[in-house]
Amino acid sequence: MTGMTLAAAIPPIPAPHIEYLQLSPMLAVFGAALVGILAEAFVPRRHRYATQIGIALAGLAASFGLILYLALDGYAGSKADLAAMGAVAVDGPSLFLQGVITLVAVVAVLQFAERRLEPRSSTGAPVDSFAPEGAAVPGSDAEKRAATSGHATTEVYPLTMFAVGGMLLFPAASDLLTMFVALEVFSLPLYLLCALARRRRLLSQEAAVKYFLLGAFSSAFFLFGLALVYGYAGSVQLGQIARVVEGQATVTPALANTTGNDALLLIGLAMLGVGLLFKVGAVPFHMWTPDVYQGAPTPVTGFMAAATKVAAFGALLRLLYVAFPGIAWDWRPVLWGVAILTMVAGAIIAVTQTDVKRLLAYSSVAHAGFILTGVIALDRAGLGAVLFYLAAYSFVTLGAFAVVTLVRDADGEATHLSRWAGLGRRSPLLAAVFALFLLAFAGIPLTSGFTGKFAVFQAAAGSGATALVIVGVLSSAVAAFFYIRVIVLMFFSDPRADGPTVAVPSALTGTAIALGAVVTVALGVAPEYFLHLANQASLFVR
Amino acid sequence: MDNLIPVLVAVPLLGAALLLCGGRRLDRVGHLLGTFLAFASFGVGLALFFSMLGRSVDQRPIHDHLFTWIPVNGFQAEVGFQLDQLSMTFVLLITGVGSLIHLYSIGYMAHDEKRRRFFGYLNLFLAAMLLLVLADNYLLLYVGWEGVGLASYLLIGFWQHKPSAATAAKKAFLVNRVGDVGLSIAVMLMFTTFGTFAFTPVFADASKATQATQATLTGIGLMLLLAACGKSAQVPLQSWLGDAMEGPTPVSALIHAATMVTAGVYLITRSSAIFNQAPTAQLATVVVGAVTLLFGAIVGCAKDDIKKALAGSTMSQIGYMVLAAGLGPIGYVFAIMHLVTHGFFKAGLFLGAGSVMHGMNDEVDMRKYGGLAKYMKWTTVTFGLGYLAIIGVPPFSGFYTKDKIIEAAFGHGGTEGWILGTCAVIGAAVTAFYMTRVMLMTFFGEKRWADDADGHQPHPHESPKIMVIPMVLLAVGSVAGGFLFNWNDSFVRWLSPVTGVAEGNPPLNPTVIQILTGVVLVLGVAVAWMMYGRRPVPATPPLGSLLTRAARRDLLQDDFNHVVLVSGGSHLTRFLVYLEGKGLDGLVNGIAALVGGTSGRVRKIQNGYVRSYALSMFGGALVLAVTTLLMRAVA
Repeated sequence: MTGMTLAAAIPPIPAPHIEYLQLSPMLAVFGAALVGILAEAFVPRRHRYATQIGIALAGLAASFGLILYLALDGYAGSKADLAAMGAVAVDGPSLFLQGVITLVAVVAVLQFAERRLEPRSSTGAPVDSFAPEGAAVPGSDAEKRAATSGHATTEVYPLTMFAVGGMLLFPAASDLLTMFVALEVFSLPLYLLCALARRRRLLSQEAAVKYFLLGAFSSAFFLFGLALVYGYAGSVQLGQIARVVEGQATVTPALANTTGNDALLLIGLAMLGVGLLFKVGAVPFHMWTPDVYQGAPTPVTGFMAAATKVAAFGALLRLLYVAFPGIAWDWRPVLWGVAILTMVAGAIIAVTQTDVKRLLAYSSVAHAGFILTGVIALDRAGLGAVLFYLAAYSFVTLGAFAVVTLVRDADGEATHLSRWAGLGRRSPLLAAVFALFLLAFAGIPLTSGFTGKFAVFQAAAGSGATALVIVGVLSSAVAAFFYIRVIVLMFFSDPRADGPTVAVPSALTGTAIALGAVVTVALGVAPEYFLHLANQASLFVR
Repeated sequence: MDNLIPVLVAVPLLGAALLLCGGRRLDRVGHLLGTFLAFASFGVGLALFFSMLGRSVDQRPIHDHLFTWIPVNGFQAEVGFQLDQLSMTFVLLITGVGSLIHLYSIGYMAHDEKRRRFFGYLNLFLAAMLLLVLADNYLLLYVGWEGVGLASYLLIGFWQHKPSAATAAKKAFLVNRVGDVGLSIAVMLMFTTFGTFAFTPVFADASKATQATQATLTGIGLMLLLAACGKSAQVPLQSWLGDAMEGPTPVSALIHAATMVTAGVYLITRSSAIFNQAPTAQLATVVVGAVTLLFGAIVGCAKDDIKKALAGSTMSQIGYMVLAAGLGPIGYVFAIMHLVTHGFFKAGLFLGAGSVMHGMNDEVDMRKYGGLAKYMKWTTVTFGLGYLAIIGVPPFSGFYTKDKIIEAAFGHGGTEGWILGTCAVIGAAVTAFYMTRVMLMTFFGEKRWADDADGHQPHPHESPKIMVIPMVLLAVGSVAGGFLFNWNDSFVRWLSPVTGVAEGNPPLNPTVIQILTGVVLVLGVAVAWMMYGRRPVPATPPLGSLLTRAARRDLLQDDFNHVVLVSGGSHLTRFLVYLEGKGLDGLVNGIAALVGGTSGRVRKIQNGYVRSYALSMFGGALVLAVTTLLMRAVA
């Protein structure tokens, strides 16, 4: 009887309507991840490597194919809409960024699979750059046994697939809860991946723990902000929040006490911002980047630096452009401050770095600042510019970290800059390619870096943020110093007798580097098509 | 027939390419090949000339568009040629006199081991000059203009083993750069004003100038004048011409008669539509012309070096032409007419001087000549005919053409006309003086020969036939040119459709002017005779008056340039270096130190402890929240 009255009082919950087609790119990747776990459990150890790579690449290829299909079918334009009861937005920016993320992931998987750089194990099995057994204590007998028997942590592929799935969802998430879930889905596998370096495992584990602690800390901020904004708007759906902010919608009477309280809205927005700015690595939430970039296995660093940045900026764009354009007057000056601080601090601190990976970490901080100037523009030009910048930057980053994996000595990668002296004399091709990536980072014309930087600065200037552009250009000048210093070091110093050797990679890393270089030059020399594509994609659905 | 125009340029260009890239294989035939190609170009020129004569006057100019050089939206650079009466005149002068100089050089350079290269440069010079006068737009003209500059540099410095020759070439090149800057600015102004470089539309637009474009036209005119000053060695860019005598004598003949210095006069005449609309630029032009004609004449009086005396005379004669061109439609035709006859007699004079040097162990000091008439009969006669032509004795060619300029100068009218006319007449007197001086010191009087540096006694002798023939042909031109041009006003009728012509308004009767000119001519010759004919010429130059001493030093042109430009420039440079070192470098290094120092300090915040990272994040979050709230409060 009690059940009867309850049923009468509460309206029946409608079965959610799920648009499987629109969600299929993410489903394909998640599916690949689940199949990977099954493979991990059932496929014999010696076949796992090939099986896992096959599954991962198949999943990514399917996902990319589906993204292309959706984009060509008009889901980036006329058919763009919310899916899954308003939780996921399938629109231009989503599909563009998802496309970039899947391509980045393909290149990353190729690098993960590289097995020619490390010396073979005593059984003669080729090994990759991941720990032979993640659970073994560093330096323990268990680890040694695993290493000598040539074990490999093939779990990295399903983990990567989960991370990629989360990253695909992150920029498409159209309500705050989905966004939070996506954040956690891609963060947790990354924490694990960071801990799995074959060499310098303690440093790797330290980096992972730091990343995990600070990541959890920032997630808490995000969740707190989510709650506050819900308190203000009575909804976690971005479009609904925007309508409440702009006064077009009323809120549920139950929340009458808190709704319309601007303090909730503003503090909530600031807290959400902390969570996302942490992921993009903006100052002062950047402190994790150098330590984690340095400690993580270099292929993971490359993947993280490229894909995380793309996904996190996608989410930040959606949050600011869809939910909070109505209070741009409040958040824009604050973001100005963050952008300036990020560009200046990133560029200045990088000047005195002596480790290649840390240098690239600070460079990524400075680039986060440059991208933020485009975000601040808050118009279609800004959105298109940021989309293009993210695509360009992610391939340069992947390429640069791939080069880092090749310069090695007896202890693994030789990342100290002094060891790179005279590299251009001994390996002109490798040094030239790295110089290309550095020039792209510095934003020299005819590289993708120039086009991207020009686009975001143009958008920022177009929206009236001239001062920001001036700071950006000055920071670029400072940044150019340390990029070019590395080039000078490589080409104009005498090589050291005990210098590192340049390993000859297999086609996997070779493909990754070549792809990075080709995209860098292509987007620099003939950027029109891609700029056009990015501009076409630059419309959010609400 | 008409598509032969590119061939005109291509033939000598091909010669240059063959001779300069052909290597040693061509050493034995190079000079013959170069000379043949020069004559071939002359032949093509003649064919085109007769074809042009066969057409009615309004059909004479022809255009030949070759290809589009730079096809950019809004910026079309074309390669096209325009052959009208003006360019035709130049083509015949350049190829005709140029070919004779080639022929002469076969003898003159017979023993030079770099002979093949020399003829390659000569061909390059012709090609560049032909491109200059045949271009149908200013951009292509500029290409030829620079080509002439390059070729003159290579030829003046041909004997680069002599430091003086290398320096002279560099000087010519640098001074010409100043003029080139003027031309490039003029071309750019033209493009921004009219949107094109091509002669036809530019002149059409220029002639219907409004008040607004008047100032621009004046600017363009002044810049063109600057360019002309550089190439034509007019004050204030005259200083390179005297030093350019370091080149082999045929080069001097080529530069002074057929190419190079005539380019400036061509430029002004070609741009008549612009100058006609810019009275200020015209005024500047006549001032430059008048000053230079006196400047060159005075310098010519004091030089003992036969080639430098002739160089002063060139400067002065080109001054006449620039003066005439600055007078507008009453002068253009006579400027070009004088240019052509001058081409004949000046080439003859230089070749004669070369012939004298050839016989005198390359001695150039006229005080060490004397009495050569007996030994070098052909040279004496041809040089003498050139001499009579340049001082303007009737009926030699200079008489007709220079008198026309003097009349036009008076015809300018008003006080200006009187001043310009008087300058021109004085110039004529001084010309008579210094040319008589050259004549007397070289060919007459007692022998003052001296051994050369190696102790060889000079054995003056007539030059080989191959050198004499061009001199004879040029002498014929010097004798008959003026008369033929003046016959029935043939030259005026030929050229006026291009340049326009107007009657001057001289305050004096033309006959009076002719008589006046005749009187000063006799006066100049008489004074020279008194000083150098009746009295023996001292072998060492006397101290001389202040003016003489100044004139010997080219009226202190180099001292002026040194004090004002060189030391001024080096002081400026030193100041800028100081500023750069102390100021800019300090600033740059200071910024670098600041960035580095800040970086070193800030990186210590990155201490590796998660707790301090978390603290900084917390602080950041706090600041973010507070500032967001503050923004609302402030707004």
